[in-house]
Formats: sequence, C-alpha cells, structure tokens
Amino acid sequence: MLATTVSSGVVVLVGAVFLACAVEMVEALTIVFAVGHTRGWRSAFEGVAAALVALAALVAVFGPALIHVPLTWLRLVVGGVLLIFGMQWLRKAILRSSGLKAKHDEDAIYQETVAELENLTPGTNRDRVAFVMAFKGVFLEGLEVVITVLTLGTSAHRLGLASVTAAVALVLVAIIGAVVAKQLSSVPENAMKMSVGVLLVTYGTFWVGEGLKVKWPGNDTFLLAFVALYALVCWVLVTVIKPRESSNPQKVDA
Amino acid sequence: MNKSTLVTRLLKGFAMFWWDFLVGDTPELFVAALVIIGAVALISERWHANTTAVIVLPVLAIVALTLSVKRASDAAKRK
Repeated sequence: MLATTVSSGVVVLVGAVFLACAVEMVEALTIVFAVGHTRGWRSAFEGVAAALVALAALVAVFGPALIHVPLTWLRLVVGGVLLIFGMQWLRKAILRSSGLKAKHDEDAIYQETVAELENLTPGTNRDRVAFVMAFKGVFLEGLEVVITVLTLGTSAHRLGLASVTAAVALVLVAIIGAVVAKQLSSVPENAMKMSVGVLLVTYGTFWVGEGLKVKWPGNDTFLLAFVALYALVCWVLVTVIKPRESSNPQKVDA
Repeated sequence: MNKSTLVTRLLKGFAMFWWDFLVGDTPELFVAALVIIGAVALISERWHANTTAVIVLPVLAIVALTLSVKRASDAAKRK
C-alpha cells in the first residue's frame, strides 16, 4: 500500500514536471534556432547563457526561501497558483483541440521570428538584437520551468526529483531539437499541453485541499482519481464545443 | 538611470509578470480560484465537513473551467 501511494505521487509529479518543461523547452528552442540561423550562433548562445545564469540566480534566491515557508501555507498558495495556471492551460488546449483557437505552430513562429530578424540591420560579431531575443526567449520560457519545478518540487518535498526530471526533459528536448533542427512543429504540443494542464489542475486541487486540511481518501493515490476525472472533463468539453461541420466559427485569440 | 528608478522598474516588471501569469486574459479563472479557496476553507475549517469538501473542491474547479471555456467558445461562435 505504501509503495502504491508513494509511486502514485511520484508518477504524477514526474509526469507534470517532465511534460511542462518539455513544452517550454520546445518554445524556447524555436526562438533560439530562429535567432541562431538568422543572426549567427555566437550571440544566440551568449543570450542563452546569460538567461541561464539569470534563472540560476533566481533559483538560488527563491529556492532556499521556499523551503522555510510552513508546508500548509506553501501548499495552499502553490495549490491556488497551480489551479489557476492549470485551468488556463486546459482552457487553451480545449479550445485548440476543438478547432476554436489556432494551434501553436512552431513553424509559423520560426518563420515570423526569422522574418523579423532579417528586416533588421545585419549582425556583427556581437549582435545585440540576437542576444536580446535569445535571452528573452529562454528567460521567459525558463521562468515558467523554474516556477513549475520550485512549486511542485517544494510542495511535494521532492525538489531534487523535480529538478532532475526537469534537467532530463530539457536535455532530451535539446538533443532531439538539435537532431530534427527546424521540425519542432512535429512535436504534439497541444496534446502535451492538455496533459500538463490536467496534471497541474490535479496538483492544484490536491494541494489547495491539503492546505485547507482536507483529508483525501487514500492520500496521494487520490491524485490518480483527479487525473482521470479532469481528463474525462476535458474530453467531454472538447466534444461538446467542437463546431459541427456546417458552421464556420472564427478562431479566438484569447 | 538612478537606483530608485531601477528598483521601481524592477518592482513594476515583477508585479506585471505575476498579473499576466495569474490574471492575464482569463480574470474569471483567477476569481474562481479565490472563490474555491474561500468556499472550501469554510466547509473544511469552520464546518469540519471533510466529505463535502472532497466533493465540492473538484466540482467547483470543473464548473469554473466549463464556464470559462463556454465563454470563449460562445465568443468564437458569435463572430
């Protein structure tokens, strides 16, 4: 029983961190590739390195501080944040799956970034535009990775496992990205976002409850019930709102 | 740039990041999360009704998600 409860929590934690980090890494990598191919790799890599240093500094400052927050409060606040964040991801993924919102197209983003950069003056050895774009891409996407790892890791008392999982996801996506180069669009990003959304809302619900002293039946095992419940709700919502073939709805931007 | 201007800009940027992160274009989900926390706090901590809290928490989250998706879906279909 103990082994089952521990592994349920670990499986959901590893799944949530891995998928969330992989999705953010795909988005960051698309920008870095576009910058590197268009303006040169030196400044792109300098931007990436500077962003990684800034993110490491944030982790060094906020990571140890989070560990000292009382667990009940930490879980309530983190649960609330994950609930909001997860519902936002699910809402977008449901709208995209139903065809009411345009899917996140890495090819289009790559082409847009390249077009934007090509219109600027040619780069030199130290290309400020390339540096800033690579920095912003990696820092903003990386910030979401940091928040996911810190909040999920500290609340589950498994910061080490969450960090290792994130590192594995980032390295794997980097290797795959380097091999397939500009074919990041073949990654099933919306399905991954839907899965991450389900896992974030699952943890959000669970920890809001724990923070408010709700006793879940079966403790961590109840996470699996939430995963199944929210996955079912998403499937129903996609099926219900999907437009019939005769109608022709506009895609929303939100 | 003097020190106080830099600090103000950093604080403003920090606040804007969290506003976009938590509220953004879906303020209804932010409000819903506050309502869920308030309702479950009442049920669990004041009335000590654990079973009710176990049911109400996910149900409210599902209702909030459904209403937000319906709002966006209706907006898309109206256009």
